[in-house]
Amino acid sequence: MDREADVVVIGGGITGTAILAELARYDLHCVLVEKEPDIAAGTTKANSAVLHAGFDAPQGSMKARMNVAGNRLYHELQEQLDLDIQWTGSLVVATDAAEEAVLHELLARGQANGVPDLAIWDGKKVHEQEPNLSLQIRAALWAPTAGICWPFGLAIAFAENAVQNGAEILRECEVTGIRTEAGKITAVETTAGLIRTRWVVNAGGVEADRVSQWAGDVSFSIQPRKGEYVLFDKTAQPDLVKGVIFPTPSRTSKGILVCATTHGNVFVGPNAQNIEDREDTAVTAAGMAEILSGARKLVPKIPMGAAITEFAGIRAVSSTGDFVLGFSKNVDGLVQAAGIQSPGLTSAPAIARYIAGLLVKASKAALRADYQAGRPAHPTLRTLTPDGQEKLIAGDSRYGRVICRCETITEGEIVDAIHRPCGARTVDGVKRRTRAGMGRCQGGFCGPRIVQILARELKIPVSSVRKETRASYMYYDKDEMSGGNA
Amino acid sequence: MGEIYDVIIVGGGPAGLAAAYSAWQNGAGSILVLERDREPGGILQQCIHNGFGLHHFKEELTGPGYAQRCYDLVKDKPEISIMVDTMVLAVRPDKTVCAVSPERGRMELQGKTIVLTMGCRERTRGAIRIPGERPAGVYTAGAAQRMVNMEGYLPGHKIVILGSGDIGLIMARRMTLEGCKVQGVFEICPFSNGLTRNLVQCLDDYGIPLYLSHTITQIQGKERVTGITAARVDEHMCPVPGTDFAVDCDTVLLSVGLIPENELSRSLGIELHPLTNGPVVDQHRATSLPGIFAAGNVVHVHDLVDFVSDEAAIAGKYAALTAAGKLAAAERTLPVVTGNAVRTCVPQRLRLTDEGESVRLFMRVTKPIRRVKLVIRSGGNLILSKNLLAAKPSEMIAVDLPAGKTVGLQDDLVVAIDEEE
Repeated sequence: MDREADVVVIGGGITGTAILAELARYDLHCVLVEKEPDIAAGTTKANSAVLHAGFDAPQGSMKARMNVAGNRLYHELQEQLDLDIQWTGSLVVATDAAEEAVLHELLARGQANGVPDLAIWDGKKVHEQEPNLSLQIRAALWAPTAGICWPFGLAIAFAENAVQNGAEILRECEVTGIRTEAGKITAVETTAGLIRTRWVVNAGGVEADRVSQWAGDVSFSIQPRKGEYVLFDKTAQPDLVKGVIFPTPSRTSKGILVCATTHGNVFVGPNAQNIEDREDTAVTAAGMAEILSGARKLVPKIPMGAAITEFAGIRAVSSTGDFVLGFSKNVDGLVQAAGIQSPGLTSAPAIARYIAGLLVKASKAALRADYQAGRPAHPTLRTLTPDGQEKLIAGDSRYGRVICRCETITEGEIVDAIHRPCGARTVDGVKRRTRAGMGRCQGGFCGPRIVQILARELKIPVSSVRKETRASYMYYDKDEMSGGNA
Repeated sequence: MGEIYDVIIVGGGPAGLAAAYSAWQNGAGSILVLERDREPGGILQQCIHNGFGLHHFKEELTGPGYAQRCYDLVKDKPEISIMVDTMVLAVRPDKTVCAVSPERGRMELQGKTIVLTMGCRERTRGAIRIPGERPAGVYTAGAAQRMVNMEGYLPGHKIVILGSGDIGLIMARRMTLEGCKVQGVFEICPFSNGLTRNLVQCLDDYGIPLYLSHTITQIQGKERVTGITAARVDEHMCPVPGTDFAVDCDTVLLSVGLIPENELSRSLGIELHPLTNGPVVDQHRATSLPGIFAAGNVVHVHDLVDFVSDEAAIAGKYAALTAAGKLAAAERTLPVVTGNAVRTCVPQRLRLTDEGESVRLFMRVTKPIRRVKLVIRSGGNLILSKNLLAAKPSEMIAVDLPAGKTVGLQDDLVVAIDEEE
């Protein structure tokens, strides 16, 4: 059955979901298509989780403009969308005179980009702020507007807000082609059928060049660049760092950073490796050695034995050297939001306003009268006062059953995550929404239980529950030795 | 807050149940066991194989059978309450316990004493940093065991097991019996980390290969595991280039170590030992905080549940005596420290009175050794020596120090292996 839409957004990462939420303010029927069973499952789930201040990108670039504006917007959106962000500030540290000179370049660039309150600190002040940093560090660029966040939580918040306002999100819906007539977009072909539409927003991440080519615009290409990370247990070294610590950047990368997470872990990475396979998210022994060695240069006391997980993400690096944003010059109706590498996470709300602004102007859409800011509340037992905990469990006893012990996540929270707008369908989807399975035992205890809750709530067999991707089945029925699944 | 319990026990596995029974035997009038799972018994409930209880119950039982025996001892005692489906969120030095359950909501409970019996958890893929993709099909052996034995599902069909710990060996047999193909068990050490009887009964009897000094260097598969690469390791446990080979599988089970689950102990501020990863305890299993005891795998990982029960009985007894104010004041405490080739020894200190007290010491060696002498010294004096035909890190050694030997000890007790023999 064909669908009709005003706008189809391709890609359910941070960029696509932010754009969808912004478009949902207007009287437009918007459909987001995502090929995986859940949103926020690509680059959005595997990045540095840093909200950059905006001193890295060259003045006048889209990256610089969107970064600074996006950072400011997150400060505004944080409360409205209940976003998990901590404005910790960041330090770029220097160990010698040459690096110190780079700090001054960054300071000047940041000031030109409009980043507020940047300052150069001497070694003494740096170590007062972050006592565990290497004593080799003699100066740093302090950016108080930088922060750390729960990156997939941001995309999920945007998606929930968008769905609440009538936008549609189709998951496991892979784009197979884009139809044009006389250079003008008419429809998107997907594995879930045809979607007739006037406009297509290309937020395809590492696949964005292919999406663009389908529509007939070959003006850029994407170079996938892999980055690996290691995450440490929160009990290993509490307060090892308070915020984000960058080395002095190289030409290609901001370098291997050490940062806190919003839940008290320590997190190190990434390296930067250009790759051929866009789906190559394998971590490598050499890569892990590289990032741990890099991280130790900043923070010698990295708690090596307390790693709880390693993963890799792929940055979508554009051949143009900048974000590719705005109407395609070749295809009428195609809007690019492509080449979104760092600082893409930070830039997302600004990119969304920019892209939505173009579409609203073109479509002459009006603001929706019934627009609802925010998203449904999601109570969490661990953050409530004793009184609040008592009331929560009294209202729904499932909030009194702790499923994930490491992170204290209850059955109530998991059930809520499944039934929310654009709710979780996979084990990793539950994890991204609730933190269940994200702790030190990595789902050793709660994994089987979460699989069973998903099966029960989604009314599917246990053997149909998946970890993350379309065929990532977790368990098999005993009587089906052939390994068949639903 | 209501009732003040003589003893509150955190965890209703074999340690918690044994502590409860022992506290009852020693006169505690109100004992509360808090268990997070839907029934007491802990991890034993998923260990449906036999081999439990030979020491403690003098007969061979399955895991659930052993758990049932423990439960039967406590279930009809009016002085003992067990709350299941109840998660302890915090234990405080004043011996209040905050817990939640669906049925009772949020509770603040007050004990005169606390016994910590939270058990242990499994090390994960992340902790040992196996390279490769992150597909479905990588599980800790215990998580897979729960799915197979309690929930009735299979983790996969063609299995590779990393680590020759006991759970890994047991799961090699279990998966074989379920009709799965176990391709091999890979162990990074040059020796197995499981009990000898498990090597024989779980691998040899089924022709499952054990690759010593080997590890997994890569996990393949985008969605579901499609295979692994294994390689031999050198004496530094680093993969030797050129020795790698591919193994076809859809599942990787990890049995790479157990870690005492001490998050509550840590936030309580109890002194933990860096090598056991559990609380530092005296021979009564008293921790560094007054009135708070610990026993079982939360103190140090045991090989046999029988010894867990024995240790928990000690903790339960002294918690009951402490709650009743019947414990004689100690004259002094004496550290127990490890010497040559001894990795850990529990208890880590002795609490001594003038009468002396018999003490059982549990230790693990650092490497497999044969025909050596275990010696316990204090100052320059030899207190005890015992010949060992063989010892290996995976098998805990128990040594009894008679009461008489503890009288008048002044200097640290040093436990070591004398390799000169």
